[in-house]
Amino acid sequence: MKARQKRLVFVGLAVVGVGAAATLALSALQSNIAYFFSPTQVLANEHPGDAVFRVGGLVVDDTLKRQQDGLTVRFDVTDNAATVPVSYTGILPDLFGEGQGVVAKGRIGNDGVFYAEEVLAKHDESYMPPEVADTLQTAHVDGVIDATTRSLSQTEGAGR
Amino acid sequence: MIPELGHVALILALVIAVIQATFPLVGSLAGGSGNRNWMNMARPLAYGQFTLLLIAFACLTQAFLTSDFSVLYVASHSNTLLPTLYKVSAVWGGHEGSLLLWVLFMAAWGAAVAAFSRNLPLAVVSRVIAVQGMIAIGFLLFMLLTSNPFERLFPVPVEGRDLNPLLQDFGLAIHPPMLYMGYVGFSVAFAFAIAALIGGKLDAAWARWSRPWTTVAWVFLTIGIALGSWWAYYELGWGGWWFWDPVENASLMPWLVGTALIHSLAVTEKRGAFKSWTVLLAISAFSLSLLGTFLVRSGVLTSVHAFATDPERGLFILIFLCVVIGGSLALYAWRAPEVSEGGRFDLLSRESALLANNLLFVAFTVLVLFGTLAPLIYEAFNWGKISVGFPWFNQMFLALSPFLALLLGFGPAMRWKHDEPMRILRMLWLAFALSVVVLAVLALPMFGARTLWVPVGIALAAWLLFSHVAIVRERLKNKRGLAAWVADMRGSGRSFYGMVTAHVGVALFVVGVTMVSNFQMEEDVRMSPGDSYEMAGYRFQFLGAEKAPGPNYQADRGHFRVFRGDRQITELFPEKRAYLGGGMPMTEAAIDPGLFRDVYVSLGEPVGGGDWALRLYYKPFVRWIWLGSIFMALGGLLAVTDPRYRTGRVRARAPAHAAAARA
Repeated sequence: MKARQKRLVFVGLAVVGVGAAATLALSALQSNIAYFFSPTQVLANEHPGDAVFRVGGLVVDDTLKRQQDGLTVRFDVTDNAATVPVSYTGILPDLFGEGQGVVAKGRIGNDGVFYAEEVLAKHDESYMPPEVADTLQTAHVDGVIDATTRSLSQTEGAGR
Repeated sequence: MIPELGHVALILALVIAVIQATFPLVGSLAGGSGNRNWMNMARPLAYGQFTLLLIAFACLTQAFLTSDFSVLYVASHSNTLLPTLYKVSAVWGGHEGSLLLWVLFMAAWGAAVAAFSRNLPLAVVSRVIAVQGMIAIGFLLFMLLTSNPFERLFPVPVEGRDLNPLLQDFGLAIHPPMLYMGYVGFSVAFAFAIAALIGGKLDAAWARWSRPWTTVAWVFLTIGIALGSWWAYYELGWGGWWFWDPVENASLMPWLVGTALIHSLAVTEKRGAFKSWTVLLAISAFSLSLLGTFLVRSGVLTSVHAFATDPERGLFILIFLCVVIGGSLALYAWRAPEVSEGGRFDLLSRESALLANNLLFVAFTVLVLFGTLAPLIYEAFNWGKISVGFPWFNQMFLALSPFLALLLGFGPAMRWKHDEPMRILRMLWLAFALSVVVLAVLALPMFGARTLWVPVGIALAAWLLFSHVAIVRERLKNKRGLAAWVADMRGSGRSFYGMVTAHVGVALFVVGVTMVSNFQMEEDVRMSPGDSYEMAGYRFQFLGAEKAPGPNYQADRGHFRVFRGDRQITELFPEKRAYLGGGMPMTEAAIDPGLFRDVYVSLGEPVGGGDWALRLYYKPFVRWIWLGSIFMALGGLLAVTDPRYRTGRVRARAPAHAAAARA
């Protein structure tokens, strides 16, 4: 083979390889992404019925309840306009708490409860996941729960 | 007073950086053989830059040691109760201080280049130091304009806010410095590449100069990433060693490209080929380091690592990123077409193998980059807010890494330029056959491998090991006895044995990943004092938890006995801490480490009546993951000590074929 032909073969193989890899990667991606929905969107049924998605907002005060088995917890997540009940079995991240921002990943059950497989932990108490911050901004309502404003202003103050 | 001194030192460092970026460069481009006086400024400027930043860093450290809360940064990241070690590590525990550490390291690399480059032509040294000056300008401006660590706070608080408890840990005290040494180290490779593009002379000599620097940077990055992984494993209490988190990916991408780069530099040095490609990799490695900084600092991505961020900072880094990438690519586009073509090679040659290595590593990088940025892409197109699950990353890596491992056994066996299939077959058939036997035996049902991945993974690791043994034997074929081997080690053999060590590290890493991914066990349980729980042949007995005060925290300390059969193998004391500064809770896992397995307990929450929600783990071979990384780093260090990087002035010549054939 001449050098020129050899190069053509190389380029051809590369193009085929990259194309195949990209196709595989993209199709695999489709089944591994989790969309984010705010509680308002969930109540408006904008979320997928059976697929995994993420929901986020603030944990409503006094809603964190531990179930009989000692490992399952229930809490409500709100964007100050709508509220979704969440159930999670397992150990919660250290910085999880009422009045704090949270993102949960899982599926919604027929009973309207969101069954989380994963609850996002953050490394810093003054950090707010961007999706949650957006959600709260979008759903800005006048009658904000007292505790929520308090925790928000704390978060913002600490971020400075 | 001292913080102001530090601030002034930073401003002076910026001034020096401006001089450093201009005079030596202009001097090196002046007519004839350049303006020697201007070029001679380069070295003293690099030393001056380093000294000033060292002063600034010392000032900030002093402010932390004396708990000077009139400095905003100290007040928000330290506390009088903080142990002294963590007062020092708190210096880089936040954004401003970690930037200072970053520029300090960059100046240190610059000073090192100035000091250890006596053999290099003055023009090259001047250009390299000038390019480093340009990068320093960017970072110093960034610090002084948006994130000054010496900013004062008034009124002065009585007590500081405390360091994030997650960072109060030995592993994390040394993880950022290592990682930054790696990130910033690629700025040297970048500077060498840009200097070569400016000079228009991309040759084997250039590759030989920049190779040891790149390898050292890669070693630091390897150690830094491994430390981060180890830290996440024991400190976050989730028992995982890699989460495909955007911030982790940000450090992995420069490493992947850096790995491609050190291999491609080998071709450029030995055979004078792949020149443009190598330059492009050097530019990419550093650009990805910058991109990593942008992702970490701007908070555009949801990450468990994300710290409180500031959009203004993100914007600055984004602009800086555009200038660096845009500028260097423009220079590349202008100069690269003039680069002569390198030596030709056949399909079956070491060049081909290294080309395939490069393609695979670049493919890895593109996948990680795409997966990391996909949420941003989706959001930009209004397709919704997504997160990419880590199974995707795992699938992508599983799809490619077997090819890489297979190739890795063949590559080093091949000769440069041209090789005979029969020769390779003779050398490696036994290694290959043995690996196939391993595969077949492990696939037998009695070993209980639920997926084919276990035998495949272990067989690939065996293949790496066996083939490298064969390759070492081939090298020692004509050398008899230990004395010959010692002579080889003292002479030109070091880079060869460095390579072998690093590749064996890959084998260890593969074993670790395969075993821990397929055989680990994890249970969330509720236990009362006195309860026992059986898992993976271990019996965990919970004796209860009690209060245990620490220097700056209150802890609940659990007490566990772990039995194997009837024999007690260890006692574990996991803690749940509440830090006094911010009231932030922290899980401190307790681990019984072992070469073949870790047993790991972390406390969840008290659930009333002395009961606790707990997490128990069994992690087989998890240490091999970090052991493999240590081998890779050691291999890199061994390669750098090869005498050929220290021999007198290297003439800019076409690579000697003798040297090529020998290696």
